[in-house]
Amino acid sequence: MKYIIMMNTMRAGHGIPEWPQKDLQAHIAFMIGLNKELRQSGEFISAEGLSFPEQAKLVRAGKDGLPVTDGVFPESKEFLAGYWIVDVDSPERAYAIAAKVSAAPGPGGKPLNMPIEVRPIMSGPPPEML
Amino acid sequence: MTKSWDATSEHLLRELAPQVLGAVARRFRDFSAAEDAVQEAMIAAFTQWPEGGIPDHPRGWLIQVASRRLTDQVRSEIARRERETAVARETDTVVPAVEIEADMDPDDTLILLFMCCHAALTSSSAIALTLRAVGGLTTVEIANAFLVPEATMAQRISRAKQNIKASGVPFRLPSSQERSERLPAVLHVLYLIFNEGYASSTGAHLQRLDLAREAIRLTRSAKGLLPDDSEVMGLLALMLLTNARRAARTGPDEELIPLDKQDRTLWCQAEISEGVELLTAALSKGSVGLYQLQAAIAAVHDEAAHAEDTDWPQILALYELLKHVAPSPMVTLNHAIAAAMVHGPSKGLELLRALDEDGRLASHYRLDAVRAHLLEMVGDYQSSIKHYRIAASRTTSIPEQNYLMTQAARIAEREPS
Repeated sequence: MKYIIMMNTMRAGHGIPEWPQKDLQAHIAFMIGLNKELRQSGEFISAEGLSFPEQAKLVRAGKDGLPVTDGVFPESKEFLAGYWIVDVDSPERAYAIAAKVSAAPGPGGKPLNMPIEVRPIMSGPPPEML
Repeated sequence: MTKSWDATSEHLLRELAPQVLGAVARRFRDFSAAEDAVQEAMIAAFTQWPEGGIPDHPRGWLIQVASRRLTDQVRSEIARRERETAVARETDTVVPAVEIEADMDPDDTLILLFMCCHAALTSSSAIALTLRAVGGLTTVEIANAFLVPEATMAQRISRAKQNIKASGVPFRLPSSQERSERLPAVLHVLYLIFNEGYASSTGAHLQRLDLAREAIRLTRSAKGLLPDDSEVMGLLALMLLTNARRAARTGPDEELIPLDKQDRTLWCQAEISEGVELLTAALSKGSVGLYQLQAAIAAVHDEAAHAEDTDWPQILALYELLKHVAPSPMVTLNHAIAAAMVHGPSKGLELLRALDEDGRLASHYRLDAVRAHLLEMVGDYQSSIKHYRIAASRTTSIPEQNYLMTQAARIAEREPS
């Protein structure tokens, strides 16, 4: 079963670029290590990191169908920073991966305990049998 | 003289794969390395045979190519060790000579099947390894079938082989007692492969390998190897009787069509007759198991020319047996549907209450979907709409979700609150 594991960062607190070099490197190494681990366990489908919210645009169709864009959305408190798609044997395993992501090291090497959203990915028709 | 490559050649190549692997694994006493070498030989055959024709002795050709790969590997391994220990040895005495077409053992495929469906493996690893080692499929084909990256599938297979190595299973046929203990795990893996294919191979994924067909092929070969086992026959019958309905199961836009609305003229009569014949033979052996009972239920559905002709009392009796042989909440749920068809929807709803208390299915969409259906039958439309919507929010299947939302919308339009 496939799950998406979404890492949300708080807009106010995302300031990763301001971390001391040592902490930044530890964080990056953690993410690289996690991807490697998921590849080795045969569970990795894909993973992407998203740009900082400064580059985000909110788009709607105008009356003429052409895009009308707003800048960043000031009302949002949390932003999707990146996601993993994994193929695992149980939901518990997906939650365990999410907990690992949540505890990624932050400033001073302390776990960030980020809120991680886990959702099943929809599939084709289910089997008819038992 | 070589034969030219045609539509049956791919099939031939896949049939040979486990035999070749058996011969090579036996000779080199290393299942994992042999499996890699056979995979390379298979890929070589897939690239060379369509152009150059099929060799006179295809099995010998594959054994030779795989053995050569392994020999090279063993040689370089020995050379490495020699460099390290500075002990001179004649490498050729260690490397077994290749005797084409020699030591062919019909049990090899069976040994492999038991090995790949070992209880030490997770079901996803066992499925992947079985398809590659016994089914003769390439890693790319298996990866595409499961919509995962090739590297991920390769890693899954390699981990499965490490686990087998670690568990110390020898490359030999399990004793008859071991065999009967381990057979359910083998059948379960084949069943899961079938379900995966049956569930996912619809229009949008036509380019994907047909896993349901692969499962039928593997089960057919298991039946050839264990001709006296009635559950192997039962499983093959179940697959055929279910697969027979595949063309009728979805509409042009991949929408799900429930059994009672299917165009039964689209059902595959050849598969139905073969399934019924197998089932009859299996039942005559006297030991009735889980797969035979499910096949019997599928056969009753398949034999009704119209949904109204379905022999529901017969299906109800079969579910009652199944509740004894292999009790599970899903069986209880299906039993409730059959009871509703025989004794009316109120009886079905009453039986569903046991599942609410059981808890294991309490938040499963199928419980709500069945309840919604029965509530509509008793005329409690508002509750029916509510449960269809709950079911839609709980399923992880898009066609199922579309179906359930449409049911809720249909009743809501007809019976506004």
